[in-house]
Amino acid sequence: MQSANPHVGEIHLDPWFGHYAERATGLSASEVRALFAVASRPEVVSLAGGMPYVRALPEDLVSNALARVMRESGPAALQYGSGQGVPALREQILDIMALEGISASADDVVVTTGSQQALDLVTKLFIDPGDVILAEAPSYVGAIGVFRSYQAEVVHLETDADGLVPEALADGIARLRAEGRTIKFLYTIPNFHNPAGVTLSAERRPEIVRICAEAGILILEDNPYGLLHFDEPVPSALRSLSPDGVIYLGSFSKTLAPGFRVGWALAPHAIREKLVLVAEAAILCPSSFSQLVISDYLSQADWQAQITQFRGVYRERRDAMLEALSEHLPELTWNVPNGGFYIWVALPHDLDSKAMLPRAVTELVAYTPGTAFFADGGGRHNIRLSFCYPTPESIRVGVRRLANVISGERDLLETFAGTGRLTPSRATDSVTAPPPDLS
Amino acid sequence: MTDLLTIAVLSGGISHEREISLRTGRRVADALTERGHTVVLLDPDADLFARLDAIAPDVVWPALHGSSGEDGALLALLSAHGLPYVGPASSSARLAWSKPTAKTLIERAGVSTAPSLTVTREAFRELGAANVLRLILRELGEHVVVKPAQGGSAQGVTIIHDPELLPRAMVDAFTYHDVAIVEAFIGGTEISATVVNLGDGPIVLPLVEIVPLEGTYSFEARYTAGETNFFVPARVSESASAGAREVALAAHAVLGLSDLSRIDIIVDDRGAAHFLEANTLPGLTETSSAPLAIEAAGFSLPEVYHTLAVRAARQLR
Repeated sequence: MQSANPHVGEIHLDPWFGHYAERATGLSASEVRALFAVASRPEVVSLAGGMPYVRALPEDLVSNALARVMRESGPAALQYGSGQGVPALREQILDIMALEGISASADDVVVTTGSQQALDLVTKLFIDPGDVILAEAPSYVGAIGVFRSYQAEVVHLETDADGLVPEALADGIARLRAEGRTIKFLYTIPNFHNPAGVTLSAERRPEIVRICAEAGILILEDNPYGLLHFDEPVPSALRSLSPDGVIYLGSFSKTLAPGFRVGWALAPHAIREKLVLVAEAAILCPSSFSQLVISDYLSQADWQAQITQFRGVYRERRDAMLEALSEHLPELTWNVPNGGFYIWVALPHDLDSKAMLPRAVTELVAYTPGTAFFADGGGRHNIRLSFCYPTPESIRVGVRRLANVISGERDLLETFAGTGRLTPSRATDSVTAPPPDLS
Repeated sequence: MTDLLTIAVLSGGISHEREISLRTGRRVADALTERGHTVVLLDPDADLFARLDAIAPDVVWPALHGSSGEDGALLALLSAHGLPYVGPASSSARLAWSKPTAKTLIERAGVSTAPSLTVTREAFRELGAANVLRLILRELGEHVVVKPAQGGSAQGVTIIHDPELLPRAMVDAFTYHDVAIVEAFIGGTEISATVVNLGDGPIVLPLVEIVPLEGTYSFEARYTAGETNFFVPARVSESASAGAREVALAAHAVLGLSDLSRIDIIVDDRGAAHFLEANTLPGLTETSSAPLAIEAAGFSLPEVYHTLAVRAARQLR
């Protein structure tokens, strides 16, 4: 069993530790992220992830498309394709965007590996370290991760029940400019915001566009949820109001299935030219196979009826969550989303959503702490609850468990009230986002 | 019995340490597979015993960190099911799993440990939190370590040098478990001592000195490669090293541990070794200290895991 031994002395488990780029700072193991591992167990009701309920998609719709693509376009599906995306699909994407008032040319559509890649590419194109990106408070955790990786500073702007507050935008721009800061773009999720659940009102949309246009600030409009409305359709996209001032991001992940990893960017032509080049540099081309299957699906299936069915599924789940919240946690406040996947819950100010997560895991329920949705340490008194994946019955069980968690935590804090500081330290735990495959 | 076995490695579970358990399980499975064994990785659930019956393993390797694996309950059930496993008797695991119980036993055996108080959430409620906090500080001083009474991976652990932070540290510990242990902080050299029995009785492998870059061996420092540096053997005097080995062997024996354990020790500035914690299922991940100790001893991981599995299968413990 004895052998020659080099394993003595000073041991560095990562000999390249000192070689990482500065942008890799914070890419460390995370206690919060480790806790999410438990949420994948069937005993746990996960209200933490954002996985669409793809089981609502009739299997034959997709399998028929797969079979046709392989039968009729097999070699093309298995081959490299255009860096900009399959032309037929780009034309079909125009039809989808027309539902939200967008008129555009297929030449200005760039198909990407999910809209997440579009986010990455746009950020790569525009951001130098230290540049400012404006975003709602809170904002999408996946975008914050991208922005952080390009060393941008995210400045959050006040958001209320009608979405981003125009005055906060104008004030923020003025303040940052006075400080000599370079603002590169406004990142906004106008419809059924992740995580806030709110929708930017029709009245505010032209105001936001005007403020940005006057300040010379590009808008990055991220719209994965717009078609998943439960009541009224959403107002027209910001892009429809400012073709030259907005990059619009769309996705098939929520309206079809995320496993295809297909999204897109619609950009002013000059930006689009560069987007194609950086996309090719990054991945050569998006998946030909996925694009052709989606294109076939869009041409053969009643995709709008399918989206209507998704709306029904998610609406039932939202209602279940709202009812459960009213029944078990009436003392809390939350928004009522008219679409999308998420409810943003405000906790009493003595509760810390991140510190409370271990107790939730013990009680077999998971949520995403609000801290994941802020780049500046905010969100400690909020949690995001997802209603997209669990069944209505699971949602009711999960919210009931959550009520126990909150009750237990409050009881504990009351025990220690008046004894000293109870606010958790702001120790950095940078990767607090749930992984993409968390239900 | 042939030398090559069918081994069921259990990892995952629903404890707070699930992710770490999955990592340990994968590493153990890889090493045993490399050694030629047939390895099946199982994530325990309601079908566990049915699946074990179907697999009929020669031995089970529970790699379950946290309550589902380390509290002895699963080990007792494996025994009841007639399955040999790698690890201590369930009664020993139960003793070691409770930090206050383990400390008490170790102290009674004459081994030095940090002065401590075990406090329950109930005690704070009944006696008044301010009173209890005051007593803790009076008894242990302002430099203390607060831990949940159960659990590992530094979850819920806070080192306090400012009494103002003690209430929050208690809350964080009680978020994991209703009993907490508060120990006087002892500064010094942090040492991990791996004890293994490969057939000739328990031996202490080379001591591993732990030097986290940020000063605290937190969850992040434990599981991010590069955020902690290790020195093997530990850079302590010969007498301190001998003292640490004595502590490790004594703890291993007192708690009735058998195949493999990791004893956490602090060597203070005067060279005295103090017991901190015992781990019946040491982490065997790519960033854990026990594998470093095994390799520093000149052993290979597959050979050591093989020996432990064969001994357990033959119930030579």
